[in-house]
Amino acid sequence: MTTPSSPHGRTWERLHPVSPLIRGARSAAGLVVLVVVSQVSSQNRSGSRLDIDAAIIGVIVVLGLVQWLVTRWWFDGVTLHVETGLLRRDSRTIPVARIQSIDLVQPLLAKVFGVAELRIRVAGTGKDERLAYLHLERATRLRASLLATHHGLDPATPEPGEYPLAVVPGSRLAASIALTGSTVVLLAFLIAIVATAAVSPKAGLAVGTAGFVYLLGLVTGIWRRFNTQYGFTVASAPDGIRVRRGLVGSVAETIPVRQVQAVRTIEPIAWQPLDWCRLEVDLAGIMKRERGSGSPSVTKTLLPVGSTELAAAIRSIVVADRGVVPTPPPRRAMLKAPLSYHNLAAGHDDVVAVATTGRLRRVTAWVPLEKVQSVRRVQGPVQRALGVATVHLDVAGRRVDASFKDRDVTEADRLVDDLTVLCRAARFTGTPPRGAAGA
Amino acid sequence: MTDAPGTSWSRPSPRLWRMRQAELGLVALLVIALSMVLAASSPTAAIIVGAAALAVVASSTYFVRRRFRAWGYLEREDDLLVRRGVLVRRLSVVPYGRMQLVEVTAGVMERAFGLSTVKLHTAAAHSDARIPGLEPDESARLRDRLAALGEAKAAGL
Repeated sequence: MTTPSSPHGRTWERLHPVSPLIRGARSAAGLVVLVVVSQVSSQNRSGSRLDIDAAIIGVIVVLGLVQWLVTRWWFDGVTLHVETGLLRRDSRTIPVARIQSIDLVQPLLAKVFGVAELRIRVAGTGKDERLAYLHLERATRLRASLLATHHGLDPATPEPGEYPLAVVPGSRLAASIALTGSTVVLLAFLIAIVATAAVSPKAGLAVGTAGFVYLLGLVTGIWRRFNTQYGFTVASAPDGIRVRRGLVGSVAETIPVRQVQAVRTIEPIAWQPLDWCRLEVDLAGIMKRERGSGSPSVTKTLLPVGSTELAAAIRSIVVADRGVVPTPPPRRAMLKAPLSYHNLAAGHDDVVAVATTGRLRRVTAWVPLEKVQSVRRVQGPVQRALGVATVHLDVAGRRVDASFKDRDVTEADRLVDDLTVLCRAARFTGTPPRGAAGA
Repeated sequence: MTDAPGTSWSRPSPRLWRMRQAELGLVALLVIALSMVLAASSPTAAIIVGAAALAVVASSTYFVRRRFRAWGYLEREDDLLVRRGVLVRRLSVVPYGRMQLVEVTAGVMERAFGLSTVKLHTAAAHSDARIPGLEPDESARLRDRLAALGEAKAAGL
């Protein structure tokens, strides 16, 4: 697979030869199903359509092969070069410094062949850079050198050792999924079908068929959560947080700590008695200049379910929280936010801001002041009548912020002033990554 | 509210208010034209509908006036403040170092009145600050100043 075709002393490499096969397999499988279905459904018609379908499959296979032949990549220690395309030559360079995260993705078929897809997320480009597929060993080595150079080390540095943080047992994952809204809806739906069927089988069948697509969506959603989060392992390493997960296929993610824009814990109401929560981080994603600003952020799960203590331990690696004590807004804010008041709280020190919001599920966001893009103060008519205002700290992304909801007006004004100054200071000191995973 | 001594809020051009009036006038004309069409079939209904619509347009002049007056911006040493809104009052603080893109746009009405809008973009979707109804000189000055400051104080993600 290594083709030393070097025009300028460059060592270009090809993708693994099974790549077109694996990539084509999914679409081909879909087509085969289509062919069978169309053959069965149109038995009375002539079989001439079979030729067309076979031709389509043939074209896909040939196109995949051509795609493989014209794709090559090369890493020079600073930049990853990828060239692809037959008619419209597409040559991309990925500066290592702008890497947001690197994923090693192995669908089932790739696992069988011992290959993996390398998915590199870069700030400021249109989409993920994908190298599908590389030999597993080669992909791991490339990931190690990309991350090493990202942290300013020699590309030949071997992948550093890691310190395991948590493993999520399958039973706990299953229990956590069972305690979410979609499972409740699914159960309610099934009970409704059975109940109507007991009264009148005809009506039950009608309800069942009417809601079939919705039901299918629910089930696949639940299955996808279980499948992607199964065997969830989090570890801390000098080059970032490492996450491994997946039942059928497997995914290994590496998230450099200093790219994290915000951290969140989410506690659905049914999890709260068990003291469970989910931990997520937001990374700066893709810039879409033509659609105005705001990059859709990329959310990565650091812990799909775990005790709040465990989540706090993992969180402390990503964001420094030296014991900020969030305070609730004044009691009169209850009139404006009767359903979420019990969750509202916010606070900050000179490094990080913490804010809790949410009605049924409690969402707590940690935003490093260093990453704040802008400070906003918003006051609606009801808030004005109550003498409260909301202060938002926006970080890169579409929906990501820490909201100091319904604070007293004088406090809100002071927050705007203080946070503006603190954010500026944090930006210039450029607080280095914290904790065990610091570079 | 965050006024330091010696600074004062800048406002959009008074021509923006005239532009808003012209927009309302156009709406009023449209309402009159529609009620004329309606008058062909039922004159009384046309008068009632037309009068009600015109009353709404006339009263909204008051709110549009207040909204126009709510706009303001303040260039501080390290950041730009933009405030707007009457019912929902908003104040955005955008550090120059976070600006990724400064955009100057002018719609049909704005071009007719010789005005333009300056938009600031950061990496965060919510922080977009917008200042409408600027005179050409002012928008050019603001654009150049913001671009220069953005470059001088640029900070990474």
